[in-house]
Amino acid sequence: MTASRLATGGSAIDRSRPIRFSFDGAIVHGFAGDTIASALLAADVAVVGRSFKYHRPRGIWGAGVEEPNALVDIGGSVAATPNTRATTEAARDGLVVKSINATPNALSDRNAFLDRFSRFIPAAFYYKTFMWPDWHMFEPRIRAMAGLGKVDTGWTSPGPADQINHHCDVLVVGAGPAGLAAARLASGAGLTVTLVDDQPKPGGSLGHRTSEIDGKPAALWVEETVAELAQAGHLILPSTTAFGIYDHNLVGLNQRHRDGRPDTLWRVRPRQIVLATGAIERPLPFANNDLPGIMSADAALAYLRRHAVLVGQRIVVATNNDSGYEVAEALAEAGAEVTLVDIRRDGAPTAPANVRLIAGRSLAAADGSLRVQAVTLDDGTRLDADCVLVSGGWSPTIHLFGQARGKLAWSEARAAFLPGDPVDGIAVAGAAAGAVSLSEVFAGVGTAIASLGQTTTAVPRSTGPEATGGILAAWPMPGSKGRIWIDYQNDVTVKDVELAARENFVSVEHLKRYTTLGMATDQGKTSNLPGLALMAAITGRTVPEVGTTTYRPPFTPVPLASFAGARGAELMAPVRRLPLESVHRASGAVFQEYGGWLRPAHYGGNADAERSIADEARRARQSVALFDGSTLGKIEVIGPNAAEFVDFIYYNTMSTLKPGRCRYGFMLSENGVVFDDGVLVRLDEHRFVVSCSSSHVAAVHARLEEWRQDRFGRGAVYIHNATAEMATLTVSGPNARKLLETLDLGLSLDDADLPHMAVSHGSYAGDEVRIARVSFTGDRSYEISIRADRAEPLWAHLRHAGRAFDAVVIGLEALMILRAEKGFIVIGKDTDGTTLPQDLGVEGPRTKRQGEFVGRRSLFTDEASRGDRLQLVGLTVPQGEAPLPTGAHGVRRSDGRLRSQGFVTSSYQSPTLGRAVALGLIERGAARHGETIDIQHLGKIRTATIAPPCAFDPAGDRLHA
Amino acid sequence: MQLFPCPFCGPRDETEFHYGGDAGNARPDGVDVPIERWADYLYLRTNPKGTAREIWVHMNCGEFFVMERDTVTHKVLSSTALGGEHAA
Amino acid sequence: MTRRYSALSLFKEGLAGQTGWQPAWRSPEPKPSYDAIVIGGGGHGLATAYYLAENHNISRVAVLEKGWIGGGNTGRNTTVVRSNYYYPESVELYGLAHRLYEGLSRDLNYNVMLSQRGMVNLCHSTAEMEVGARTVNAMQINGIDAELFSPEDVRRVAPIYNFSAHARFPVFGGIWQGRAGTARHDAVAWGYARAANRLGVDIIQNCEITDFIVEGGRCRGVHTTRGAIRADRIGMAVAGHSSVLAAKAGFRLPINSYALQACVSEPVKPILDTVVLSPGTGVYVSQSDKGEIVIGGGLDRIPSYAQRGNLPTLETVIAGLLEMFPIFGQLKLMRQWAGIVDVVPDSSPIIGESPLPGLFLNCGWGTGGFKAIPAGGTLLAQLLATGKHNDISRPFDLDRFASGRLIDEAAGSGIAH
Repeated sequence: MTASRLATGGSAIDRSRPIRFSFDGAIVHGFAGDTIASALLAADVAVVGRSFKYHRPRGIWGAGVEEPNALVDIGGSVAATPNTRATTEAARDGLVVKSINATPNALSDRNAFLDRFSRFIPAAFYYKTFMWPDWHMFEPRIRAMAGLGKVDTGWTSPGPADQINHHCDVLVVGAGPAGLAAARLASGAGLTVTLVDDQPKPGGSLGHRTSEIDGKPAALWVEETVAELAQAGHLILPSTTAFGIYDHNLVGLNQRHRDGRPDTLWRVRPRQIVLATGAIERPLPFANNDLPGIMSADAALAYLRRHAVLVGQRIVVATNNDSGYEVAEALAEAGAEVTLVDIRRDGAPTAPANVRLIAGRSLAAADGSLRVQAVTLDDGTRLDADCVLVSGGWSPTIHLFGQARGKLAWSEARAAFLPGDPVDGIAVAGAAAGAVSLSEVFAGVGTAIASLGQTTTAVPRSTGPEATGGILAAWPMPGSKGRIWIDYQNDVTVKDVELAARENFVSVEHLKRYTTLGMATDQGKTSNLPGLALMAAITGRTVPEVGTTTYRPPFTPVPLASFAGARGAELMAPVRRLPLESVHRASGAVFQEYGGWLRPAHYGGNADAERSIADEARRARQSVALFDGSTLGKIEVIGPNAAEFVDFIYYNTMSTLKPGRCRYGFMLSENGVVFDDGVLVRLDEHRFVVSCSSSHVAAVHARLEEWRQDRFGRGAVYIHNATAEMATLTVSGPNARKLLETLDLGLSLDDADLPHMAVSHGSYAGDEVRIARVSFTGDRSYEISIRADRAEPLWAHLRHAGRAFDAVVIGLEALMILRAEKGFIVIGKDTDGTTLPQDLGVEGPRTKRQGEFVGRRSLFTDEASRGDRLQLVGLTVPQGEAPLPTGAHGVRRSDGRLRSQGFVTSSYQSPTLGRAVALGLIERGAARHGETIDIQHLGKIRTATIAPPCAFDPAGDRLHA
Repeated sequence: MQLFPCPFCGPRDETEFHYGGDAGNARPDGVDVPIERWADYLYLRTNPKGTAREIWVHMNCGEFFVMERDTVTHKVLSSTALGGEHAA
Repeated sequence: MTRRYSALSLFKEGLAGQTGWQPAWRSPEPKPSYDAIVIGGGGHGLATAYYLAENHNISRVAVLEKGWIGGGNTGRNTTVVRSNYYYPESVELYGLAHRLYEGLSRDLNYNVMLSQRGMVNLCHSTAEMEVGARTVNAMQINGIDAELFSPEDVRRVAPIYNFSAHARFPVFGGIWQGRAGTARHDAVAWGYARAANRLGVDIIQNCEITDFIVEGGRCRGVHTTRGAIRADRIGMAVAGHSSVLAAKAGFRLPINSYALQACVSEPVKPILDTVVLSPGTGVYVSQSDKGEIVIGGGLDRIPSYAQRGNLPTLETVIAGLLEMFPIFGQLKLMRQWAGIVDVVPDSSPIIGESPLPGLFLNCGWGTGGFKAIPAGGTLLAQLLATGKHNDISRPFDLDRFASGRLIDEAAGSGIAH
């Protein structure tokens, strides 16, 4: 045993609540308040996983979000989360924890042999080989060795993650000394504050560093400050990481829960932001600096004071700054034998009690296999050690500042990038701004709050002993001996950076991409700066000349489920529903989605759908059919300029339409393409109703509004979308009028009063109804529109009265057959994004209309005048043959190549005609009626004959029958 | 999430808005418009990197307006109702 | 010094400490003049320079890059390579690119990691299956490998898809292209750069165009942050910023710049072996060789030059991803970014001479430029070398907007790029 749990102490753990979980199959004991990492350390588990490339054994490095090594898979059918950071994940009773990238386990990994071949597989080796015969041959084996954790295919979602929108005056990120002080000052200025921190308890470094504030022990000051903020009603969110600052300073928070609930996504819109995000301790460069047992010095102190874990018995602490001294002192006091190696010869503090200080020396190498056993100093001195703690200085956590497009400024004195010119609405304070001592921190907080335009009250005072900011930069150097790791997770060493430089990958982004430095799950929190400092040294540039890579969200990995929230299943792109849906369901309707609407495809249940559809289509022609057409768009155009407006909107002249009459027409896009078709109803001189395709209502409405506001003005035309207000019930067939006559609709159904393409008003049970005689079936049809909430009795009445006429209720599939028999098109099915009105045989307005209309000029381009355009036709096949597959192409050979000459757009078996009918868009089709062409589908060819689109009742007699 | 100022409804989330093209892209009427001029109107765009004057519609209220904003920083500079009667 | 890449040279260098490798490309000072200048050191620009030297023997060529090569959309895309297009013109163009990709690693002596793992475009309804059939038939007629997949076929290639009865976007089938797949995006840029450099091309980074030199109505060179550089033939391939350069040259383009976002999960062991696109969610997804789930979706709907991600689009895309693959709900987002793409009304590229004679365009690739890099380079190189279109690039000239002969894949097949 080398690492151990002390008998007493540990501010974070609750010894009265023991827990246990398994790691790689072995039971690990801990206490509530442990992280997985602290419990593993207490159990002296040195090797917790394997590195990405060389499968090197890896131990715990840190105690926070920067952790590059200690990633584990959490198992369980609901809890499963691969690649979890052991240093931030709470240890919970019963967790099943597994090391990653290790087979069978972290201690003995089958792929560990890779490390012996490392010289042959340096950075980016894969670009130089695996070219013959091709990469895909090698890829499966390489892929299997790459990747980290495993996806649990048996996982089921614990339910949607919460998403919360939140507003506040000031968002303070980080509840260390700077964040707490800033929150208190903001509160004192009368602002609403939200304070977030990624640790379970506020305090930040004050949780494990000794200090005194305003004459009190730091822990007490933290407690009082938090209580004061809570008392004032401010929101404090522990275990919550601010992971991104987005446009207009929207901040994304990832809140973790300890009860198994999915993480919560917060979208916070603060007026101002204080970043008090602290700093991250850097490693030191020496050979084999990746061995298990080599840790961040600050992390070791945190484990000691928070979790009562002593990380070793014979400990070497190596540092280039003051922060290692307190660590060394505390560990010695806890009973370890501690040697402190300070790179600085001059200016170093005096040795703490019971600590051996070696000044002016640095570590050259570490030895050991599955854990560190000794270190060698640069003068050759060998020191035995079961744990090596390093502090290579501090990198301010400026990721969020960078995301907010803050420019960074290099500080040679602090050997770090600090926040540069301020960003609107964002202040940075504390260690994130480069402060080292508490005095500096608090002074900076005052300045930060003032920079946001707030008056500051009393700033806390540090009254204890303080570290200085003295540091002697210790960057990895070119030509160093041995293998010196920079990026632990992705196995990037000094030699890899040297190789990148040698091959001219000297830009910082090239360095990153070529070597994968900083691209692992930790996103280079400990490795980026050492890596680019090394590149600077190799290329004779300064660190700022090399520059940094772009800071991108998220700061720490965020569960995908957080972003999805509840937007799944039926809440994703919700379908629109008919007012009479439940009535149709009760009648055995089978629903399908059509253009965003859930509509009856057919009735009669799922069994033998084809027969039900054919039956509906046949009976509709025989007597009378009832159809729910409520999805039909009904957009009213009202006002003194309404007639002029619809003339401009439509391809067809509409202003000549008489009140009470209807006219079919096209709407074009400005590029001339047919955008929608439908019937325009003129209710009176200044009032029209635009009927548009079900799926196009929103788009048509938007276009009408755009032209109205842009060209006609608000006073001249008013537009109202009444689609959802009214249900439209269609009665179609030879007996349609007879059926309607049995209802008292309060209007004359006489053909003289209500001829085809006319509209009339009546009432049903006291509610106004509008009846339009327009037909999408080719039979006499009446579309009855009534308030949506009063449609049910009318529908019931129609069905009841229909029994006398053998009426049939039809779904959309039967309607599709009926309209195809007639050659009536569906926009987007029988047309595509290139179809012009003349392609559909409607040439008149193009050549004859005088006035301006949408899309007009585009009907006269070279392209619009081509002779070989695709035109709407019917396609017939010999009696007895199956319908043509929709999507089949007409083909011909030209210049020895197969060419498409158009395609089948709609195709059905017509029960009324007893043969297949089809529509298509075929090259020069309108002039080729009677010609037989080859039709190809999935490699097979059959023939079809081009015909006029209308296959049934071409004279249109049935409209009046 | 950007906040766009609708001249009628005030600041609202970007997801409520729809982009409508360059402001000032006047439509040339008539069949005699030279095809190049028509193609300019239909297709050519200023697409500035920096300050842009654009037409937007706030889909919730249905009103179109002119917004000036920076396409790099996403800072919104102004928004004005079409016709100017509700100028912000 | 080791020039050629191979398993053997890697082994030998391994014994020698990997110290013998040459720079992949030089970083020379710009010369005062060249035979041709290519503006833009992304995949298309570097490929153009390579093919100028390789196919046309013109190697006094400079590639001018304002930042670092491959730093634009080449390094920001989701790496899908495919040629499943509808119109014959598109098939010719993307088919050329696809064929060149298939030999690219060996042509360049640089492993671009082309992984032909196949791609399925799902169909979620009967109507989509009908359009799927139309598309598959068009591809087969035009000589592109394509199959119409049944739901069982989809299940075979993507068993972890959401086949539950409650799936918002059920699978009715799909359009399959077996030759489609992914490639390593950075390697494409670096491979072309290295090969072009070997043929004598100067690759000049940190060199931003400040203006064009126009004499006698022709483009004769460029002013840059590193001085004036002259050439009588200048090509530009600066996706996302085409309008900015066009403005300097005095014309406008039919382009709007939009951000296209992408993101990756943390790396996991192999779980998805093909590329899957759902038109219902607009999400396309694959797994990188490193193990990250690589996720792309629709464009941001706000014109922008800001190369940064945001939450609204991300949330929509991730929700779509989890609807397609619910078990990815246990994964975490690792990195999110955006590229700026040229969006053209017909979503097809623009290749041809610009309104300023002597300046040639390669732009307008929208969200699909990566897969076209070898073709974009080949065709622009031919234009620069000969002043004339290849038959393949002719339909993509800027003049199509006045003639109305657009090549609108979305209009024809309902499938956007």
